[in-house]
Amino acid sequence: MAVIPATWDLYELLQAVVQAPTYHIVFEILLILWIIKLIFFSKSYALEKTVLTTKEKDELIEEWQPEPLVPDIPDTHPVLQALERNIITGRPDKYLNVNGRSCLNMATMNFLGMAGDQTIETEAIKCLRKYGVGSCGPRGFYGTMDVHLVLEDNLAKFMNCEEAILYSYGFATIASAIPAYSKRGDIIFCDEGVCFSIQKGLVASRSFIKFFKHNDMEHLERLLIEQQKEDKKNPKKAKVTRRFLVAEGLYIKHGDICPLPKLVELKWKYKVRIFLEESFSFGVLGKCGRGVTEHFDIPVDEIDLIAASLENSVGSTGGFCCGKKYVIDHQRLSGLGYCFSASLPPMLASAATQALTIMEANSAVLFTSLRENAEKIHDGLLQVEGMKLMGVPISPLKHLQLGEPGGDRDMDTRTLQKIVDEVQTLGVAMTLARYLEKEEHCLPQPSIRIAVSCKLTDTEIKNVIECTKKACQTVLNENSS
Amino acid sequence: MQKLTSKIGWKYDMTEVKRAYSMCLKKQAQALSEPRKLVDMTTHYPQADLADDFYETFEKIPLHVAIITYIGTVLVIFIGYIREFLRAVGIEKLKGTMEPMIEGFVPMYQDWSGFFNRNIYRRVQDCFNQPLSSVAGTEINLIERTSNDHNWNLEFTGETKKVLNFGSYNYLGFAENTGPCVEAVAKCSAEYGVGICASRQEMGYLDLHKELDELTAEYLGVDAAITFPMGFASNSMNMPSLVQKGSLILSDELNHCSLILGARLSGACIQTFKHNNMEDLEEKLRAAIVAGHPRTSRRWKKILIVVEGVYSMEGSVICLPEVLRLKKKYKAYVYLDEAHSIGAMGSRGRGIVDYFGLDPKDVDVMMGTFTKSFGSSGGYIGGTKKLINHLRLHSHASIYSNTSILSVATSHTADYLLLPHNHGA
Repeated sequence: MAVIPATWDLYELLQAVVQAPTYHIVFEILLILWIIKLIFFSKSYALEKTVLTTKEKDELIEEWQPEPLVPDIPDTHPVLQALERNIITGRPDKYLNVNGRSCLNMATMNFLGMAGDQTIETEAIKCLRKYGVGSCGPRGFYGTMDVHLVLEDNLAKFMNCEEAILYSYGFATIASAIPAYSKRGDIIFCDEGVCFSIQKGLVASRSFIKFFKHNDMEHLERLLIEQQKEDKKNPKKAKVTRRFLVAEGLYIKHGDICPLPKLVELKWKYKVRIFLEESFSFGVLGKCGRGVTEHFDIPVDEIDLIAASLENSVGSTGGFCCGKKYVIDHQRLSGLGYCFSASLPPMLASAATQALTIMEANSAVLFTSLRENAEKIHDGLLQVEGMKLMGVPISPLKHLQLGEPGGDRDMDTRTLQKIVDEVQTLGVAMTLARYLEKEEHCLPQPSIRIAVSCKLTDTEIKNVIECTKKACQTVLNENSS
Repeated sequence: MQKLTSKIGWKYDMTEVKRAYSMCLKKQAQALSEPRKLVDMTTHYPQADLADDFYETFEKIPLHVAIITYIGTVLVIFIGYIREFLRAVGIEKLKGTMEPMIEGFVPMYQDWSGFFNRNIYRRVQDCFNQPLSSVAGTEINLIERTSNDHNWNLEFTGETKKVLNFGSYNYLGFAENTGPCVEAVAKCSAEYGVGICASRQEMGYLDLHKELDELTAEYLGVDAAITFPMGFASNSMNMPSLVQKGSLILSDELNHCSLILGARLSGACIQTFKHNNMEDLEEKLRAAIVAGHPRTSRRWKKILIVVEGVYSMEGSVICLPEVLRLKKKYKAYVYLDEAHSIGAMGSRGRGIVDYFGLDPKDVDVMMGTFTKSFGSSGGYIGGTKKLINHLRLHSHASIYSNTSILSVATSHTADYLLLPHNHGA
């Protein structure tokens, strides 16, 4: 076909169409119809879903090899060996009988010496002869005994709170309390250095977790301000998102105390609720052992929930939460570790009640001597060469780290284990602080954890410091030579 | 068909009742007459025979009962809403505690949980949490409570009532306050004290715990065992060490809360199968292995089937031979929670494995508690030495929580010594 010159007009165009041969017109019409069909009426050829035959499925099942359920652990693993070496026989009191040798106990958290107290044992045995050993049921179904109610009452009165709720295991206390209040979609601001049970509680709650640097109030304030800005952008969502702040009274991983006055100030400024975990500060801090609220002279009503374990200073088993009635009542139906687990054995509950009575009767002596001993040991351990001491002076939990860490965690752990073994031969029992290295949120440096008891005498304290100095010197000199 | 009418007016189908009863008797006779032999379940329990051998009945809910229950629930909720409105307006006084509205703070409780507590749970509150003032043995002393304001506040009358105990999990009657167990515990408390204040890896591992671990392993018939002070925690703290992200957990839909919590904390993918329905389990296993992870299509690292021996809320018994057959066929691992069945099932009281005459070494992870049949407290996990070594190192309970109270541990020991090893329970 000749190229249509631009000067042709419409009439001439029509004439050309009419004069064209028929086959040509038919061909052009068919082509146009084909193009219309392709554009508008063709099926889209999507990928067909592959359906496997039974034979193929069986082959896949045959081929699949799972990993072994647990990895191979040689029997010579250092932790396993340490476990077998350090079996305790007899009463774990001021002196521990480790592997046949009696050592001064600087390892267990027996801060007030309750683990060796005779009156507690007498009470426990009396209760045993009335209630038997186990309670054989959860709290909701005939597992509640009057000793549990008495203990809850006593704890509430001791802490000046409206109500307290008792759990049968210290770890489960805070790990059940946090998910009872905080659900998916809520926000929790948490200190980085919190203990593992709080970390598990945070995971179980499925909320947004925002960690702030350990005891760094400026970082926390920055996070809170950021959250406030987010809330302004989306006020509808902010109205239903609960905000919580979780901190520990005395941090076990670091041996220092949380700045509670500043936390309370931030609570009122940014409207977050505070959950305080006082496992290591209950029965330790404060004039009468009421914890970090008494230590800083803050009314306990400012804190929404206090959770603590009865396994440390109180020397029993279990844990409790205390606070206002409307807060604690909720856990009676939503606290997983409370509703779905057997209750605390009655004899341990009465042991805890007796321990509380002792704490109230002897508060003047117990807590001052604990603080004094902690300070003396702190001053003494600062002088140990080649080691770094973490923790505040009044904290009965201290961490002794290597002054010059090698960089390899395993190597450092082995060195510290040698120091611990050496110190044991000299008659003092200490322990390495153990962590689940792969699962901890913020793994601290390897360290020896030292727990101070209020029953230590001055001679014993001097002995501990001498033995530590000697052991560190021996091992560090060995390493450097 | 003989029909029996009970006092309330429900009619029982006597043939059904008789059939169930005769099945029970038949199984009991079988158990006592011949010594239990360990069977190879692939030959002894092929799928077809199981339907005859393994028999459970569950009474069907009559239609009119279901309808009346639903109507009743709706009625209670409706009345609840009316009363909430009256309380909000001020016509009715609020007798319980309610969350105070503090300005600027988001309310702690969503509406439904508070509503449920005030209007539905409160009405029957006196049925739960009944305190006792005695040992949870065959008879208990219930401390009586009354309420003058429709259960808003419960008060003690000061009286106790002696009742027969059908409520506690005291299957073997070990919850007593006299006897050799109690004496052993008393002696141990006097010797060892009551508190330990340390975790297993940090100077809290006593010779008593070692003894208890070994005894538990011997009792179960496995290589090794590890014990914990809380049964709930034995599940929630150990499952995360066994499975992680990238693995699949196939859990029965009616599993206990502790198993669900442990599964969630582990980070693995969770799928449920219909309660005790082995066909559904097999289907899900096949689909899981063939398809892999639903989003990434990667092959699963491990598949863990989580079941219980006896389900406490339903009373059903897991079809264990079938589970083990599936486990062997599809190379999965089995986690068996015997909280209620250990000590209570089986001719020698060794649990559900003993009940079916299977080999305990076939179950990868045998978990159980001491709270029910042993009248004590705590939990255990039994399995191969490799598994227990791994748990000794990596279980959350070994590192972060304190060990069993000595006195309680000794009671288990005394219990074990009492339980007959050689003659039928």
